[in-house]
Amino acid sequence: MSKILIIAEHLNGKLNPSTARCVSCAQAIKAAAIDVLVLADAPDAIAAEAAKIAGVSKVLAVANPASAHALAAVYAPQVVAAASGYSHVFAPSTTFGKDVAPRVAALLGVAQVSDIMSVVDAHTFTRPIYAGNAIVTVQAPADQTVVATVRTASWPAAAGGGSAPVEALTLNVEVPSHTRFVELAQGSSERPDLQSASKVVSGGRGVGSAENFAIIFKLADKIGAAVGASRAAVDAGYVPSDLQVGQTGKIIAPELYVAIGISGAIQHLTGIKDAGTIVAINKDAEAPIYEIADIGLVGDLFKIIPELEAALG
Amino acid sequence: MKILVGYKRVVDYNVRIQVKPDGSGVVTEGVKLSANPFDDIALEEALRLREKGIASEVVVATIAPADAQAHLRNGLAMGANRAVHVVTSEAIQPLTAARALLKLVEKEQPQIVLLGKQAIDDDCNQTGQMLAALWNRPQATFASKVEVSGNTAKVTREVDAGLETIEVDLPAVITTDLRLNEPRFIKLPDIMKAKSKPLETLQLADLGVASGDTLKTTNYAPPAKRSKGVMVKDAAELVAALKTKGLL
Repeated sequence: MSKILIIAEHLNGKLNPSTARCVSCAQAIKAAAIDVLVLADAPDAIAAEAAKIAGVSKVLAVANPASAHALAAVYAPQVVAAASGYSHVFAPSTTFGKDVAPRVAALLGVAQVSDIMSVVDAHTFTRPIYAGNAIVTVQAPADQTVVATVRTASWPAAAGGGSAPVEALTLNVEVPSHTRFVELAQGSSERPDLQSASKVVSGGRGVGSAENFAIIFKLADKIGAAVGASRAAVDAGYVPSDLQVGQTGKIIAPELYVAIGISGAIQHLTGIKDAGTIVAINKDAEAPIYEIADIGLVGDLFKIIPELEAALG
Repeated sequence: MKILVGYKRVVDYNVRIQVKPDGSGVVTEGVKLSANPFDDIALEEALRLREKGIASEVVVATIAPADAQAHLRNGLAMGANRAVHVVTSEAIQPLTAARALLKLVEKEQPQIVLLGKQAIDDDCNQTGQMLAALWNRPQATFASKVEVSGNTAKVTREVDAGLETIEVDLPAVITTDLRLNEPRFIKLPDIMKAKSKPLETLQLADLGVASGDTLKTTNYAPPAKRSKGVMVKDAAELVAALKTKGLL
C-alpha cells in the first residue's frame, strides 16, 4: 500500500492552499496514509492548519531554526530523512515545490514526475509537455520512491474539517550553510492571491501602460478578483512579474477568468485553460483568445470597462 | 573563473506541436530545432559575466545526438569560448542529464553552472536542481538578477510570492528565468569565427553515468479542447451572462 508524504508549503507562518491541493491528488491514489511534513522554524501554527485538511492521516512538524526560509538546499536533506518508509513524496508545482522536489529526487537517486494532472494508478500519471500542447502518460518504477510535483490548477483544494494528529519530529540531519536567505520583496496587496483566487481579472499589452493598469485593478476590486497579467504586459513593465499568468508564470484555475486586452499567445493560454469560465475582451475579433473563451466581447477596453462597472452597479 | 552553460536543443518555440495520431509521440521529423530559450538566457548571462571581467571562460555543453554540432556552433557564435558535445542517440531524462553534467563539472571545475530553469519541450524544470543536489552545492533557481562578488553570488529569484534574494557560496548552480536578460543576436562574422573554436566530443556511454531514465512514457495525447464559446454584444449582456452562471 502507498504511503504518501506531502511537503507543506508555507510563508510567514501560514499554510499555502497548494498543500490542500496536493492532498486531493494524493487521495486519488488509494493510500494507506497521507502525511504532511511541515519544515519551519516555528511549525506549530502551520501544522495545526495542515491537520484540518480532510484526508490527512497525520502531520509531522519539524522545528529547525535553519528552516526559517524555504531554501531547497536546507529543506531537501530533511525531506529525504523524513521520507524513509514512504512510497511517494509530493510537493505542489509552485516555485517552492519546483525548487525543492528535484533536489529531493536526486538525493534519493530517483526520477521526478513534474506537474501531475491526473492519477491513473499509484505509479502512473498524466502530465503536460510542450506548454500543455501534449499530455503524456508516464509510469514511474514501482520499486522506487515516487517524487512528484502536483499541478495545483488540476486539483481542487481538499476540504477542511479534519483533525489529524500532529507529531513533533526531530531529524538528525546536517543542513548546509552555503545558501542564505537575504530578503523577499512581496507586492503588498489586500487583493486575493492570484494563485488561489476564485476570480481573476488579467490585463495584457492592450492595456497600454502601467498607469492604465489602474482600471484593471479597479475592476478586479469591484468583483473581488485577483489581478493577473500576460507576459507581454509584464515584459513591457506595466506590472511586476509575480502577476504573470502562463507557461512560465503562474498556472491558475479560477472559476472566472477575465482576459482584457490579451491576444492569447499559446504560452498564456497554457496558464488558464483549466479556468471555469473564460471571458475575453479585446478589440481584435480575430485574437486567438476567442478560440478558448466561453464568453467573448469585442471592443475598446477603455470604453467597455466603465460600462461594465456601471452594469455591475 | 570558468562558467559552464547547459545548452539544450529543443523544438523551436514557434513550432505548433502535433501529437502523432497513434499516440506514440509528437511530430519532430522535419520541424525546426533551436536552443532552449531559457538556455540562451543562461549563455547570455555567462557572456555578460565574462564581459564584466568576472568570468574568464564560458563553456557550452549539450547532451544530444551527433547532428547537434550546428547547435553548439550557434552557442560558440554567440560568444562561448568552447563547446562540449556529449553524444547520445537517446532522449535522456533530467536525472541522467544531471549525472552527465556532474561528470563535466568534475572535469571542468566551473565556479558557476548556468542553465535554463526548464526546457520548453519536456517542461520538467529539474536538471539544474538535480545537478546541484548531486554536486552537493547551492542552487539558485528562477534567477532574474545575478550579482557575483568574490566567492559568493547574490541571486534574485522570481518566486510566486514576489522576488526573493538569496546569497550562495560558489561554486553553485544558477537557473535562469525569462527576465534575467535579453540574449544577443548572432552576427555573421561571429558565425565564421565559431567554426574554428574548439568543440570537444564525448560519448555519453564513456562517461560512466548510471542511467536515471526510469520514467516510461506510455502515451501521448492532444490536450482536451474547450468547447466554443458565445459572443456577447455589450457590457450589460456580459454581466447578465455571468450572473446567470452565478459568477457575479
